[in-house]
Amino acid sequence: MIDLRDEFPVLKQRIHGERLAYLDSAASTQKPHAVIQAMDDCLRNDYSNIHRGVHLLSQRLTARYEAVRDKVASLLNARSSQEIVFTKGTTDGLNLLASSLGQLLLEPGDKVLVSAMEHHANIVPWQMACERFGAELVVLPMNERGELLTEDFTALLDGVKIFSIVHVSNVLGTINDIAPLIAQAKAAGVVSIVDGAQAVAHLPVDVQALGCDAYVFSAHKLYGPTGVGALYATKDLLDAMPPYQGGGDMILSVSFEKTQYAPPPHKFEAGTPPIVEVIGMGAAIDWLTQQDVTRLASHEEALCAQAEAALDALPGVHIIGRAAHKAAVTSFVLDEVHPHDAGTVFDQMGVAVRVGHHCAEPVMQFFGIPATIRASFAAYNDERDVVQLIEAVKATQALFA
Amino acid sequence: MNPLKTLYQEVILDHSKKPRHFHALDPCTHSATGHNPLCGDNLKVYVQLEGDVIDEVSFIGDGCAISKASASLMTELARGKTLTEFQQLYDQFHDIVTGQEPVDIDMGKLAVLVGVRDYPSRVKCATLAWHTLDAALHKEDSVKTE
Repeated sequence: MIDLRDEFPVLKQRIHGERLAYLDSAASTQKPHAVIQAMDDCLRNDYSNIHRGVHLLSQRLTARYEAVRDKVASLLNARSSQEIVFTKGTTDGLNLLASSLGQLLLEPGDKVLVSAMEHHANIVPWQMACERFGAELVVLPMNERGELLTEDFTALLDGVKIFSIVHVSNVLGTINDIAPLIAQAKAAGVVSIVDGAQAVAHLPVDVQALGCDAYVFSAHKLYGPTGVGALYATKDLLDAMPPYQGGGDMILSVSFEKTQYAPPPHKFEAGTPPIVEVIGMGAAIDWLTQQDVTRLASHEEALCAQAEAALDALPGVHIIGRAAHKAAVTSFVLDEVHPHDAGTVFDQMGVAVRVGHHCAEPVMQFFGIPATIRASFAAYNDERDVVQLIEAVKATQALFA
Repeated sequence: MNPLKTLYQEVILDHSKKPRHFHALDPCTHSATGHNPLCGDNLKVYVQLEGDVIDEVSFIGDGCAISKASASLMTELARGKTLTEFQQLYDQFHDIVTGQEPVDIDMGKLAVLVGVRDYPSRVKCATLAWHTLDAALHKEDSVKTE
């Protein structure tokens, strides 16, 4: 059994006098010592602005910063670190793509295809792009188990220019088998984008094997800090895409008559980036890689399966999302108890879960529920967390009986 | 578990399980919808105003125990009040769920909502119906808690 709890300082505290069972990693993961130390060290020893200083601090930190690009490229198996753009996170990456690709590809009458299990970050930017460029948003449906219905996928691609799909659902835990869909999209000349927010910390990701044109994720769901993430896109696509925002390092030269843009990836990195956070993201990738993602995924899935078996054994509990291929996320509802009331009781017992619509209102509408209780697992969870979760469910049911 | 008993007092649980005046009112003189985008709670409040007296008030909608109980209690307490009296009740309610001062015993049934003040994340649940009734009385169609 993997035991990494001691590496995460935040888990040492007590919540309302109880041991903390942190089961909200799909929202944001806790940070290991290694990440905290790397950011602390950066601030104490190397801090300055990057790319433009001739002094040693700037040179040193620029090298550390750019080395993170290599780490991200390696994590995703990109061909080159020049295919990695630093972003503010998944949502920022998707907005960048929707804005820039929208401008490059979308014309009135075109379609953008997303799935029925997207969170708002992979719906709203595309709706905005569709409105701006006169395109239409179409939806790949799913079934009651929370699996995509892909039989008519090729027909659905008719008129589609961009296909943007979630790798792992944040609500249902479904791991989508995206490689065959991307292959079909590619055959139809459609650009494929993958929202990997919930995938990178829990699955080995290989963008070349997936064949996608772009892939986005956030560091804070990967044991790293908030406010930073990465966008992978093929060199051809990055070359073709217009800049998203202007200013700072994204230029080669500026005059009042004309601006020449820097080559990718810097073309897409306007302004001073979150430097310390990028360093933190690099440390998180190092930490994760040392642990072995596949091994962590087995650990998390075993805990989730244990929790789901225990939940299934309780009367009045209904798990939402029964996909055959699932990551370590379980969403459920309780008869006669609203998830928000459950969340408050859980909190009193030291159990941190997310309750609500998880920024995926269309998923809630599909299942005809206002909200769910979501327990999501990460490397630092153990069997005691599962026990606490089940105790919290029982206590909630007793209180509202 | 004891602090939870302050939040989920018997009266709250009773009102959430058996909300009073939980139906649409047709016809009515005023109505408004309330929405909490954070948790997805939705409700609609109906009012029949006779002169400046709230003759009838009812609600429908989905929400947690706190929001339902608060709405239910509100319909009981607002009934028969003049607009001025409702404004006083509204102010008292606001003090109870957000204030720091000890709650005056004279606040009667409203005092059962005092537990909410210890749960900042739940204050919006308790206030949604009240904001919505206030919006209805001011002829506003809808209100959001963010």
